[in-house]
Amino acid sequence: MALRENPFGELKVPLAWTAGVALVLAMVVALVLLLSDRRETFQTEAYGASRKVGDAIAAPVTGVLATPGEWIGSGVDGVRGYFFAVSENRRLKEELREAREWQVAALALRDTNDRYKALLGLKTDPPIPMVAARTVSEARGPFSNTRLANAGKEKGIKPGNPVMSENGLVGRVIGVTDGASRILLLTDIASRTPVMIDRTNARAILAGDGGPNPRLEYLRGQDPVKQGDRIVTSGDGGVLPRGLPVGVAVKGLDGRWRAVLASDAAPVDFVQVMQFQDFSQLAAAAAAELNRMPVPPPTNPPPVVGVTSATPAPAASTTAGQTAPAAARPTTTAPAAARPAASRPAATPAPRPATPRPATPRPATARPPADTPAAPSAPAAQPQPPPPEVPF
Amino acid sequence: MAGARPLAPWRWIGVPLVQCLILTVLFSLPYRPFGLSLPEPIFPMVPAFAWAVIRPSMLAPVAVLAMGLFLDIVWGAPMGLWALSLLLVYGAALVGRSMMAGQSVPVMWAWYAAATGLALGAAFLFTMVGAHATADPIAIAWQFLVTVILFPFAHLLIDRFEDADVRFR
Repeated sequence: MALRENPFGELKVPLAWTAGVALVLAMVVALVLLLSDRRETFQTEAYGASRKVGDAIAAPVTGVLATPGEWIGSGVDGVRGYFFAVSENRRLKEELREAREWQVAALALRDTNDRYKALLGLKTDPPIPMVAARTVSEARGPFSNTRLANAGKEKGIKPGNPVMSENGLVGRVIGVTDGASRILLLTDIASRTPVMIDRTNARAILAGDGGPNPRLEYLRGQDPVKQGDRIVTSGDGGVLPRGLPVGVAVKGLDGRWRAVLASDAAPVDFVQVMQFQDFSQLAAAAAAELNRMPVPPPTNPPPVVGVTSATPAPAASTTAGQTAPAAARPTTTAPAAARPAASRPAATPAPRPATPRPATPRPATARPPADTPAAPSAPAAQPQPPPPEVPF
Repeated sequence: MAGARPLAPWRWIGVPLVQCLILTVLFSLPYRPFGLSLPEPIFPMVPAFAWAVIRPSMLAPVAVLAMGLFLDIVWGAPMGLWALSLLLVYGAALVGRSMMAGQSVPVMWAWYAAATGLALGAAFLFTMVGAHATADPIAIAWQFLVTVILFPFAHLLIDRFEDADVRFR
């Protein structure tokens, strides 16, 4: 069709106007996207399909592009190791000598610690499974501090999982897709981490601001922190496990307390994603274990099965010994409560909710049948009696 | 004869766009030469400023939007943050292009620095509203510096394509 026959052929619109209209439309699109962004939430769907697709494409591409750099780094390390082997050998021997002294002290402390735990019937945190990953991309700007790791949904990583390097806490996962997960670093402006000062147990919130040293906010108490105090995660809120090393407290140039991150001590090439979500997973794992219980024979009385059974420990030990399998009871509660109760009633611990520890799940096949009378004794699970020299 | 032909969009929009995206990805790799991390300049600032100076276009805002969204995805920033910031720069340069016409290189550099400051200021405000926190001024100043030194590339782009289309001479 010739230009003259086109009904819009004579229509002339200034180019600046059309560019302006396109600009306004593009700005509206960008503004809507910005207002609807919820990147720092724990919700899986909040991360968005476009980000997931982008991360799934970027992870392998940047992984390949980063490989030559790693080769060069390994080569430089090899050359450096060759030329500095003697001095490094001396240093390592010295470290080994110190480590042996620490090993002796650590073994003694572990033994004492185990006995205290057994005495108190302390319910410790379960071991948390970890997934190793390599970071293939990073953002270092003032408005976003994130990293892309090359392990994702296929390895069980979920939003909210804490991420550690060999030196300390790095951040947490905010988005997961197949083969990639996005890590929000502690330095990101949207990052808020509940921490505590190891020396004083003073709580604070570690707030990132895009710089290398995040701020310690909401510090309470009289002189709660000093220069050089160690900072660890407090576990408050159940988002992170307690006691993960975060860094060291320093006074910033602006007069505010800040943290020198422990993870900055070395390049964060490889990370470990802790498959920790929150404390509710303990109850969920307990419920899953209870649901795997074998069905008792119909001739016996029906066993009491429930995660939140708040039956007092002595009574529970008496009845459960006849009816319920041993796995339905907490591994630390029943034996520890039953034995001292017989001899020293005054020392009987207070009844605790019967929430089993998912750290020590026992296979269903190992459980004895419900009508076995010897089941509740479970001698292997009993804590060692305290030696007389242990002070209370 | 090449100058008598209309300028194809891929030459002055497509090629710089792809170059910026590649450079952004390369600078996002976790290299630490001599133990120091790489700077993080905003490469798309160069074409966002230069395209507005070269001439108005309907495709350029779309390309700026695409570059900004790409930055948001690669850097893990809030979606739309850099898209909106770069579009503000493009709009401001489009409005002020008549004032910039025929200016010397140092003056244009100053305009470019002002545009960079506008983008970072907008990103600062958007982030402050979204995260209820203020970004570290030192980190912002560092990113401003490493972006401002990219002006020679913007000058090259403007110099090459400002008079390249015979219809706009």
